[in-house]
Amino acid sequence: MKETRQGMTIIVKTITRLTVGLIFLYGIYIVLHGHLTPGGGFAGGVIMALAFIHLMIAFGKETALKKLSQAKAAFLENLGALMFLSVAALGFSGGYFFYNFIKKGMPFHLLSAGIIPLCNIAICLKVGAGLFSIFVTLLILNNTGRKK
Amino acid sequence: MLELHLLLLFMIVAAVVAVEIKDLLSSVIAVGAVGLGVSLSFLLLKAPDLAITQLVVEILCLIILIRATINKDLPLVKDGRWFFNTLSTLSFLAVFLLFAYFALKSLPVFGKPIMRIAEVYLKEGLAKTGAANLVAAIILDFRGYDTLGEATVLFTAVIGVMAVMRKVGRIRK
Amino acid sequence: MSVYFLCLVLFSIGLYCTLRKRNIIKIVIGLGIIEYAVNLFFVLVGYKMAGRSPILSPNQAIENMVDPIPQALVLTAIVIGLAVTALIVAIALRIYEKYGTFDITKIKRLHG
Repeated sequence: MKETRQGMTIIVKTITRLTVGLIFLYGIYIVLHGHLTPGGGFAGGVIMALAFIHLMIAFGKETALKKLSQAKAAFLENLGALMFLSVAALGFSGGYFFYNFIKKGMPFHLLSAGIIPLCNIAICLKVGAGLFSIFVTLLILNNTGRKK
Repeated sequence: MLELHLLLLFMIVAAVVAVEIKDLLSSVIAVGAVGLGVSLSFLLLKAPDLAITQLVVEILCLIILIRATINKDLPLVKDGRWFFNTLSTLSFLAVFLLFAYFALKSLPVFGKPIMRIAEVYLKEGLAKTGAANLVAAIILDFRGYDTLGEATVLFTAVIGVMAVMRKVGRIRK
Repeated sequence: MSVYFLCLVLFSIGLYCTLRKRNIIKIVIGLGIIEYAVNLFFVLVGYKMAGRSPILSPNQAIENMVDPIPQALVLTAIVIGLAVTALIVAIALRIYEKYGTFDITKIKRLHG
């Protein structure tokens, strides 16, 4: 990340550079272990969106939008929605909508519980990308809104 | 459950501060205090999934509300017709509380819920879905339609925000 | 029972704020307080005295867990609440841009 004029002071930028990767990693952990420990797609998606928002507040708009542009966020959100629907529709291969068609596997292991980790990933993409694009949309208007 | 009572009292005080304070930024911060109280109460009520989600959602909600109020020249909004407005609001609240009293009387006692469906889920959840976190098993397997509807609502809200906020295609005077 | 009553008081404060205040941001805040109270009430109804959280761990028998269904319902409701709050804030920002105020009694006048 190169220095830009925008954003906050050098202290905030240094701390952000150290922490934002850890926050993102924590979000991934929360999503992938959603079927074993507390967490899941909703919380993990919001945490990953917050990592990007943290970057945006500390470094200014351009740096964060270079990492994840608005078009990319929209693509990710659509990907999440389609993935969730297709996982649900693939259940018709075994019987009905939302049928758990993958083998359950050993309980209390990472690769278990059939479709639930896949659904968690889909929901994480949907929630994270959706909230990020909401925030970007609100932010862009707020900077250029005319004053009376 | 003394700590739960104390947390609820703290949340009520924070809510009163949020409603009655003049400065909008302080009001938003007081709402953040209410949300953190809700998150802590979820933790006390043995719902760790909800505690995590409420905490992060509260942070994002606070950021959005602060972006809405900061950098604005905020004129002081006066509440006109003080007597009539307060009287009508309080009378509506009295009617509401009367009906709420009758509804609360027929609820089960706190701490002894009716768990007819939940017993089946708790007993057979691990064998049927293989997930150790039973809340995840319910929202993504037993009741997947709920989550599908939630995804639809979220998608609609995103499209709504973009439609309200769009720049291109808007006719300028 | 006193816990239910305190939760109802929290709801009433939010309802009063929504009905009485004239600032749009205050109305959004009132709606947020109502949402918190309703979510909390759902989880309170499902609480079992001295219960455990509904997450299984190996080599442990299932006994005396709290009700997981209200938790599952509230988990989706929290995220929906955030999206709805963002939508209301977007509309409020548009109103501020057009009329220059957050006062709901001032926005009735028509700009030709």
